[in-house]
Amino acid sequence: MTDETAIIELEGVGKNYGNVHALSNVSLKVKQGEVTCILGDNGAGKSTLISVIAGLTHHSTGEYRVDGKPVKFGSPREALDLGIAAVYQNLALVPLMPVWRNFFLGSEMTRGAWPFKRLDRDNMWRETDDALRKMGIELEDLEQHVGTLSGGQKQVVAIARAIHFGARVLILDEPTAALGVHQSGLVLKYIASAAREHGVGVIFITHNPHHAYLVGDHFTVLSRGEMDLDAPREDLTLEDLIFQMAGGAGLDALEHEMKR
Amino acid sequence: MAATMDDDALRGAPTLDNKATGAAQKQPKQRISRDPLWKKILKRPEAGALGGAILVFVLFCIVAPPFRTMPAFSTVLYQAAILGIPAVGVSLLMIGGEFDLTAGVAVISSSLAASMFATQIGGNIWLGVAFALAFSLALGALNGWLLIKTKLHSFLVTLSTFLMLQGLNIALTKLITGGVATGDISSMPGFASAHAVFASDIVIGDFDISVAIIYWIVLVLIATWLLLRTRVGNWIFAVGGDPDAARAVGVPVRGMKIALFMGVGFCVWFLAMHMLFAYNTVQSGAGVGNELLYIAASVVGGCLLTGGYGSAVGSALGAFIFGMTTEGVIYAGWDSDWFMFFVGAMLLMATVVNTWIRTRASQGK
Repeated sequence: MTDETAIIELEGVGKNYGNVHALSNVSLKVKQGEVTCILGDNGAGKSTLISVIAGLTHHSTGEYRVDGKPVKFGSPREALDLGIAAVYQNLALVPLMPVWRNFFLGSEMTRGAWPFKRLDRDNMWRETDDALRKMGIELEDLEQHVGTLSGGQKQVVAIARAIHFGARVLILDEPTAALGVHQSGLVLKYIASAAREHGVGVIFITHNPHHAYLVGDHFTVLSRGEMDLDAPREDLTLEDLIFQMAGGAGLDALEHEMKR
Repeated sequence: MAATMDDDALRGAPTLDNKATGAAQKQPKQRISRDPLWKKILKRPEAGALGGAILVFVLFCIVAPPFRTMPAFSTVLYQAAILGIPAVGVSLLMIGGEFDLTAGVAVISSSLAASMFATQIGGNIWLGVAFALAFSLALGALNGWLLIKTKLHSFLVTLSTFLMLQGLNIALTKLITGGVATGDISSMPGFASAHAVFASDIVIGDFDISVAIIYWIVLVLIATWLLLRTRVGNWIFAVGGDPDAARAVGVPVRGMKIALFMGVGFCVWFLAMHMLFAYNTVQSGAGVGNELLYIAASVVGGCLLTGGYGSAVGSALGAFIFGMTTEGVIYAGWDSDWFMFFVGAMLLMATVVNTWIRTRASQGK
């Protein structure tokens, strides 16, 4: 059952809040270098699922394994220590601080002994530059405030930071939701790059099947806390995915929208 | 979406090139900041204050001839130091996203603590100095602790402690000494050495300058180094700019806030010791209103009321502007009541100019 390349594995995982079954019987694998897309409408249980995986809450039923060992996280820190990092919509970037300061915030490099311990600016600059370049990110100026970056650039800097600080599994919560077409393209490109070039297992949460199909290797569609679809890319076309997302109802409207 | 993104290119090519990306990346661009010097200066938070300081200096040089002499300049610097010492702590706290309205009366509280502890209990003035330091740091810590526990805005928390302190200063002084001022401490053991450390004059060339000016400049330099070159500085900007983001990457937000309030406490104690040994007695009802001048100096110097942005050098320039105005108004022979009018007008102008510069400098490429 346990796949060698699977970093994290969920088997029959469920989460109850009292009598409410927010999530039931969800199974999925995240492999190195693969993008696993989790789709679902609002209230489908996507957020609960991320919370479980990222360690914000723990599951009530089923088994959650990391590297084959069952885990039950008490805090996001524990998940982070195993290399499971979540990039949320608020991104944990400080708008009025330069890119390089943000990149190392909370993990600053220093040199010298107290009381003259100071930031190792040159190395932080270079490492930020390297890390961003490795992801193929071009920024005009690392001194520029994060607030002056576009929404897509911010996402990408946050992703690059998570990878730089050792993320093996990256949970991206609706990274394209608030972005326009070009910006979404930018972010999707880096999601693909994170997985295929850096060997990171990506969990891409979205409600946009078009975005998911562009980068995904495996698709899971959630509906009212249960898995509606669980299929690898080979077994699926974009139309299937859209149909699943729409759940049959409202399909006419969607078809109409697609033809435009 | 499909029109701009080539599905096969994305998935198939192991190394992604730039052809599929948005307009932001059409040509490779330099990353090293090569802004000309004037633009670098304009991008600093204290740019507006620097311009303002030069302008005020020139103005008073023209309208008040005595202003141009060195003794006058020394007095200006002294006035600036008196405002500027607490403003250093206040500006760091404001960058960290909080206010401290107690700073004005806390100076008096700290002086009172030193004076009364030494006369009533300690016997030696240095014991009073040490007690006052502990008292001021504890007061700062209390402000920070209350802020965290009540989750109220720091304006409200420190307004409350400010009013309480204002009452306590007078009430306790009356209770202990029987009057509204403390007795003269100049005959106490240790006074001479304490006076030499905190309130002496240094002769440089032909004129005297107060040692407070030296301490002020040193404090500003330390604070600037701390802000721009250390991890703690990074964290100060972060907790003021976006506390949630800071917490998410492991910055101890609460600890930083408490430490920043204690930093104000330290600066306040320093000024309190200077005032105590310069005047030997303390008027328990004084100090009210100064907290707003410290905040005003910080804001003129580029601190944002919302936190996350500002500089210690800016607060020094703000204090310098106010120092020049205080003395300039006198040297020009105007009614000294004009001072407050100028402070208000300057604050308004500085805020508008700072905002304008900041938007221009961060957007204009």
